[in-house]
Amino acid sequence: MNKPIRTISMFCLLLFVALMLNATYLQFWKADSLDDDPRNRRVIEAAYSRERGAILVGRDPIAESVPSDDRFEFQRAYPVPFRYAPITGYFSYFSQTGLEQSQNEVLSGEDPRLFVTKLVDLLSNNPNKGGSVQLTIDADAQEAAYEGLDALPGAVEGSVVALDPSSGKILAMVSLPTYDPNKLASHDLDEVSDTYDRLLADESEPLLNRAIQTTLPPGSTFKLVTAAAAIESGAYTADDLVPGGATYQLPLTSGESGLIDNEGRDCGTDRIPFKQAMAQSCNTTFAALANEVGADAMIEQAEAFGFNSDYLEDLRPQARSVFPSEMDAAQTGQSGIGQFEVRATPLQMAMVAAAIANNGVVKRPYIVDEVQSAEYDVLEKTDDSDLSQAISAATASDLTALLVETVENGTASPAAIDGITVAGKTGTAQSGQDDVAPYAWFVSFAPAEDPQVAVAVMIESADIPRGEIAGGQLGGPIAKAVMEAIIND
Amino acid sequence: MSQPSALMGFVHRRRRGAELFLLTLALAVGIGAYAAVGIGVEGHVPVDILGYGGWLAALLVGAHVAVRLVAPYADPVLLPVVAALNGLGLAVIHRLDLAEDTTFARQQLTWMTLGVVLFVGALVIVRDHRVLARFTYTFGLSAILLLLLPMVPGVGKTINGAKIWIGVGPFSFQPGEVAKVLLVVAFAGYLVLHRDALALAGRRVLFVDLPRGRDLGPILAMWLVSLGILVFQRDLGSSLLFFGLFLVMLYVATERPGWLLVGGGLFLSGAFVAWRLFGHVQDRVDIWLHPFDYYNNPTPPYSDQIVETMFGMGWGGLIGRGFGEGDPTRITYAEADFIMGAIGEELGLTGVIAVLLLYGLIVERALRAALISRDGFGKLVAVGLAGVVTLQVFVVVGGVTRLIPLTGLTTPFLSYGGSSLVANWVIIALLLRISDQARRPIPDLSDQHGEAPDEMSTQVIKL
Repeated sequence: MNKPIRTISMFCLLLFVALMLNATYLQFWKADSLDDDPRNRRVIEAAYSRERGAILVGRDPIAESVPSDDRFEFQRAYPVPFRYAPITGYFSYFSQTGLEQSQNEVLSGEDPRLFVTKLVDLLSNNPNKGGSVQLTIDADAQEAAYEGLDALPGAVEGSVVALDPSSGKILAMVSLPTYDPNKLASHDLDEVSDTYDRLLADESEPLLNRAIQTTLPPGSTFKLVTAAAAIESGAYTADDLVPGGATYQLPLTSGESGLIDNEGRDCGTDRIPFKQAMAQSCNTTFAALANEVGADAMIEQAEAFGFNSDYLEDLRPQARSVFPSEMDAAQTGQSGIGQFEVRATPLQMAMVAAAIANNGVVKRPYIVDEVQSAEYDVLEKTDDSDLSQAISAATASDLTALLVETVENGTASPAAIDGITVAGKTGTAQSGQDDVAPYAWFVSFAPAEDPQVAVAVMIESADIPRGEIAGGQLGGPIAKAVMEAIIND
Repeated sequence: MSQPSALMGFVHRRRRGAELFLLTLALAVGIGAYAAVGIGVEGHVPVDILGYGGWLAALLVGAHVAVRLVAPYADPVLLPVVAALNGLGLAVIHRLDLAEDTTFARQQLTWMTLGVVLFVGALVIVRDHRVLARFTYTFGLSAILLLLLPMVPGVGKTINGAKIWIGVGPFSFQPGEVAKVLLVVAFAGYLVLHRDALALAGRRVLFVDLPRGRDLGPILAMWLVSLGILVFQRDLGSSLLFFGLFLVMLYVATERPGWLLVGGGLFLSGAFVAWRLFGHVQDRVDIWLHPFDYYNNPTPPYSDQIVETMFGMGWGGLIGRGFGEGDPTRITYAEADFIMGAIGEELGLTGVIAVLLLYGLIVERALRAALISRDGFGKLVAVGLAGVVTLQVFVVVGGVTRLIPLTGLTTPFLSYGGSSLVANWVIIALLLRISDQARRPIPDLSDQHGEAPDEMSTQVIKL
């Protein structure tokens, strides 16, 4: 009977090998795709129970894990919830946004840069702690921006972004309305669901980070780009005369609908100084300039500043600012004053101001300054990098002169700071819909001779009578407060 | 291998010292795992580690002493392997107890104690396995009665949809677990007597040697019993186990692969008909093919167990999360049928492969005993028991890891379940007895005959 016994032995061997191969398939080859399954609560619960790293502004955490005595070991807490929610995002049992999502690998400890820490934790049988993320945010600037925007009357929808022009560091990023991420990080999952449903249903979209996720017509603040294209074309310098006049009939049009005016500001006749045109935000001038340089040069200039591209890598998702690629002459004229289909995020407009402040070099904006281990050892420091040379240094200095004039003798005067030269530009963009109020914009940088900060303020809506909405009055003081917070630091 | 070598005067060594050494390793696995569970889940070594470890050690040393006294030539690897598996199972069940506030591990330790007592008892009482051949029909009839018991009103209990339990006072008992041991013995006794008839008699029809009608009776009866279990008790696993076991033994006894074809065909057709006729069989197959479609279903059928097991095993990866770091309580009945899921999650692929290798070792040692056994009855019993372990491990582990459709069976020695644990300890006792007989030096008088030693007539039966 030994022959069949040997056959049976081979059969048994076959069965065991099949079991082992299958287990290996399941636990090795298929493990990653199983872990990635959104229904896999183990991965989420583990992340939820784990001591996640902190998100730091200066020395203070704006998101941290504190011990919890319920069924999860740690509770995610946001000490300054409303002011930083658009940046941190939230970390809930069901989903994550903001830095909690984009920096999840570091915060959860899975990032390869944390390998050594992870290994030490493993060998010493300690629970795996996540690494921390140090932000480029300046707490004072963030506070000034938030308080300033929040102080506007009514239910404010708007955003403020401040950049360090020479490095691209994001110094402040505020978006209103905001929300309390603590409520979404709660371990009371029913409450989390209710809060989330309520926030999602809210028409003012509090979960949106308007600084990077909303694009709106930039209006007159886009004249910086038009002026840059005009000066780069070689036809003008800051001291030259530019086309002026009370009205400008767009090419290819006739009558009221194609007629651009200056809403009563003094834009002279025929030829006026460039400084006056900028200071008075002359629509007629910039519509004409846009047509003089032509659609292609305008597209090229806008894209050099970052339009039509993605550049923010450490905080996602980012909405793409748009400059239309197919335009006729009339549309080019409208685009020159930031209307038609031009749309920009507040971050994009801050980058335009920052590039002018930084001798024409556009820096890649970033918000994560350092990745740290759980013990706060610096594992990686972000190096600043150039995105492009949008304009020459000479053009940048010409534009700066124009913008200084705009603050000193023009529409941007509310941003003036005693003893410091400020360069700035207002904007009031038509929403294009009759029932939606215009959007107020303000971009500026200071000090003009050695810029330390560039700011963009965008107010989508606030409880202000339609006729009184003007970028200068609403956005100017906020930009001023943010710039002061950085310069007086 | 050792039949010729036995003729050439090869004498197996007793190797009891090796067994003792391996037992200390097995004990280290059991107690070490228990301590690791305490450290991983509670943060400190369990306070009762000395009492627990002492009890485990006492049981194993007791078993070892019994083997040393009554089966000195028995295989030295089997007992340590079983001890390691049982110890690991206890630790994993204890880990699940801590998470769910149950006391399964304590009950399991009690069952293990009973298992070891019966193990020693079996070794002491059954001094020669051939004695069991006398009880062929008694055992066969008892097995069938045991299998029928759960269907008797008042005695049978339906737990989780399977009618395979009987209630005795506060205890639940799966008579099928005992029945499988009895059936192996009954099959072996029957086949060793009728193997010639089954192998040789019959007519040849179209290249196929068909057995005589009356010889077909037993296989048909067994097929019907298996189908009955499948249909009336809704127990796919046991059905497959019993029929597979019978086929393997029939094949070994007759040396005719044709039986495998006939039996395999019968089983497949039976399974196909069952699949067409019964909803619960279809559900099992659908869940096997598309487990994620049935995950978190609001109404049955559910696939949560299997999907959670897959998630858990994937989460465990190569080296596992470590005791206390995983979330095996997401798997319902992780302490029973799905214990491999808990092991895969917390001990990783490494743990799973180690466990499978231990099972492989049990089967290998059992088949080795079958090979060197000098009597047909012993060979058949050893092969049958090896088949029981292989099929059971394959059906349950394969089901849990989605290699085959899931069918309910316990994982030998690991899963929580008293009937299964006790029965498996008795299986090991029988295997040790057979290997003891096989490895024992041949008495002198067989030399005088100088004939083939596996003829029953030349053997001395000690009573």
